[in-house]
Amino acid sequence: MSKKKSIFQLLTEKPWESDQIEADNEHQGKTLSMTKHKLGLRTIMAASTVLFSLFIVAYSDRMLVSDWRSMPEPWLLWFNTVILFVSSLVFHQTTKYANKEIYEKTKNCLYFIGFLAYSFLIGQLIVWYQLLNTGYYATSNVANAFFYLFTTIHGLHIIGGIYFWGKTTSKFINKTLKKDEIINLIDICAVYWHFLLVVWLVLFGLMLSS
Amino acid sequence: MSDDYEHKLEAKSDYVADASSASSPDVDSVPAAELPDQELYHSHSWWTTYVFSQDAKYIGIQYALTAIGTGLLGLVLSWLMRIQLAFPGLGWLDPASYYQFVTMHGMIMVVYLLTALFLGGFGNLLIPLMCGARDMAFPYVNMLSYWAFVVAVLVLLASFFVPGGPTGAGWTLYPPQAITAGTPGSDMGIILMLVSLILFVAGFTMGGLNYIITVLQLRARGMTLMRLPLTIWGIFTATVLAMFAFPALLVGCLMMTLDSLLGTSFFMPAMVSLGEKLTHEGGSPILFQHLFWFFGHPEVYIVALPAFGIVSDLLSVHSRKTIFGYRMMVWAIVGIGALSFFVWAHHMYVSGMNPWFGFFFATTTLIIAVPTAIKVYNWILTLWRGNIQLSLPMLFSLGFIVTFLNGGLTGLFLGNVTVDVPLSDTYFVVAHFHMVMGIAPILVVFGAIYHWYPLVTGRMMNETIGKVHFWITFIGSYAIYFPMHYQGFVGVPRRYFEIYDSPYIDTSTLLLNKFITIAVLIVGAAQLLFLYNLFASARLGKKSEKNPWKANSLEWQTPQMPPEHGNWGKETPKVYRWPYDFSVPGAKEDYIPQNQPPSEIVGAKVEKT
Repeated sequence: MSKKKSIFQLLTEKPWESDQIEADNEHQGKTLSMTKHKLGLRTIMAASTVLFSLFIVAYSDRMLVSDWRSMPEPWLLWFNTVILFVSSLVFHQTTKYANKEIYEKTKNCLYFIGFLAYSFLIGQLIVWYQLLNTGYYATSNVANAFFYLFTTIHGLHIIGGIYFWGKTTSKFINKTLKKDEIINLIDICAVYWHFLLVVWLVLFGLMLSS
Repeated sequence: MSDDYEHKLEAKSDYVADASSASSPDVDSVPAAELPDQELYHSHSWWTTYVFSQDAKYIGIQYALTAIGTGLLGLVLSWLMRIQLAFPGLGWLDPASYYQFVTMHGMIMVVYLLTALFLGGFGNLLIPLMCGARDMAFPYVNMLSYWAFVVAVLVLLASFFVPGGPTGAGWTLYPPQAITAGTPGSDMGIILMLVSLILFVAGFTMGGLNYIITVLQLRARGMTLMRLPLTIWGIFTATVLAMFAFPALLVGCLMMTLDSLLGTSFFMPAMVSLGEKLTHEGGSPILFQHLFWFFGHPEVYIVALPAFGIVSDLLSVHSRKTIFGYRMMVWAIVGIGALSFFVWAHHMYVSGMNPWFGFFFATTTLIIAVPTAIKVYNWILTLWRGNIQLSLPMLFSLGFIVTFLNGGLTGLFLGNVTVDVPLSDTYFVVAHFHMVMGIAPILVVFGAIYHWYPLVTGRMMNETIGKVHFWITFIGSYAIYFPMHYQGFVGVPRRYFEIYDSPYIDTSTLLLNKFITIAVLIVGAAQLLFLYNLFASARLGKKSEKNPWKANSLEWQTPQMPPEHGNWGKETPKVYRWPYDFSVPGAKEDYIPQNQPPSEIVGAKVEKT
């Protein structure tokens, strides 16, 4: 990788000019200096962002119709939000430990994150159970339907996260990774966790405010 | 001759790598080990080699054959519909099956044939080879992507066998009618369609991830973005569009599935069906239309951009000339891709939208014609004074330019609200979109198959059969779609399952309907010739030389042809130029492959091309 270029600079290169030919021959074949996993995660996050944005657009559009009746927000939802927030913080700490090669603490943190992620999912299921018991069915109002839809889609993203957390953790415990790979993988999982926290805050905020 | 050339090339580059300090130090010899070589998965059993293959080349072929197989079903459906339209007196189809066939034909052709073939098929085959990579970035995910596509196709086909049959809601699947009693397949059929689409999107996202990252991160040394063949630019940009557009389809499908299965009211308004009030209330059908077309319009370009890219390369190779305005071509591809997200509501002019909204979308629609026109001019200027070889790929590419121009021009009519409103429910629209996103990309698909067939099988396809196939397909499709423009102008409505002689419909259109149907049957049958050629040539075809078209791009420069697992033998190639150095003054041959070092073409004045 030579120096960073903006997209505009890249697209205005003239690949047939002799100066450019010499510069191009030095090129190592990568556009961005990051691992393929990291770029892969960013791509997935971009697609997910579009997905959630479209859900939010649909929500805002549907909200305007007069049959809309907002849902109550059980206190447990706040609790779950705190869990998600804490797990994001812990993940941030984990990346620091991994960077400093304090592996025992890294391992404990990873376990704790798994525990938090499962508790979040169970917490969400309990919220569902409570709401269903008090008669807030998906069919009774579209606001309820959106709530169940959002929590499901967000939950599926968390489950995806848990899958990769599991892979990372087991590789870490079995010591099959080099130092760079450990940092890379834990970093990627951490970024995804922060992303899911932000998504949840936006969705929760949207549902609170309407 | 060309084999000889290749050997010389390899021998020399070894030599040059040893004597690196001779002239300019870094031009010929960047040490190979600067980037760690890509890890490759090696299969061990028959299953992992041929069925659950993780080699992008195999996956590409698997994708292509599955897509073509599904497309054949779409073709047969179009025969059945056309027979009904030409001879309504026969009672060939009942209204329900007519609508079901229209729906399945549309969805199969757009999503399961063209999208899967261009991105899954050509994308997998060409991206690693043209970029100089050993394989995709995530081969395992790539394999999952193909099998998700297979399951999606199977679910789609299963809908033919459930009670009520497949959905007959039209390929746009508009609610409320798509999930309301009275529409064919409104209970099981539509659910299977939606599930199939959700699976397709999931599978595609996994594939798209691979295409994007392989193009960005796994290119050969020296392969800058602006040295990539336009094929890769087209496939890459289309993939980016798909990653942004398919979520809209996913959202629409998920919410409609819930409306149908659970009885929620995302899209379903309060309505009375069969004399009974339904439980739905307040849903917005227009919201679905917006979501659908926010996916649907980029989808047009998801199909068109790879076709643009491929045709640019075919024209350049087969007219032995540099593509005219390479940078402009790249910008046009990127520009069209960006603009395609701001035009969706031109599919909804008759949905009762605010006129100013329509005005905005008419404007953006017409703006998109500018980069598109640039591309057409550049293709023609590429041909200008070229050494045109009327090979099969060239014939199909020429056919594409004419057809695309034709379909594009009627698009300019329809992009204007005032013109669109009277025409929008007529055969004029049918003719327009079949020309521009049916026939035009299919011609490119054929050209591309004839072009890259030797790369896959090591043999050439039969030229004579190919030419017969071309002329019947090309002239036949004009015989089909030109009359439809006229039918549209005289007001023949689309979506009607039978059109009788009536005071409102000119009698000439009835005769035309018969004419069109006969043309459809002939063109469809001509595709059997193509299929025969495709499968028989794998055994009987003439053995191909190593680089039969004398092309420059990397896929033809592999040590073996067809390329082996890992593509590049011991060392991945190093690239010294773009793929368009044809007929360079002073060069011995009329082409200079991308990986040929400058020291071997001393006399050639590359920079002046």
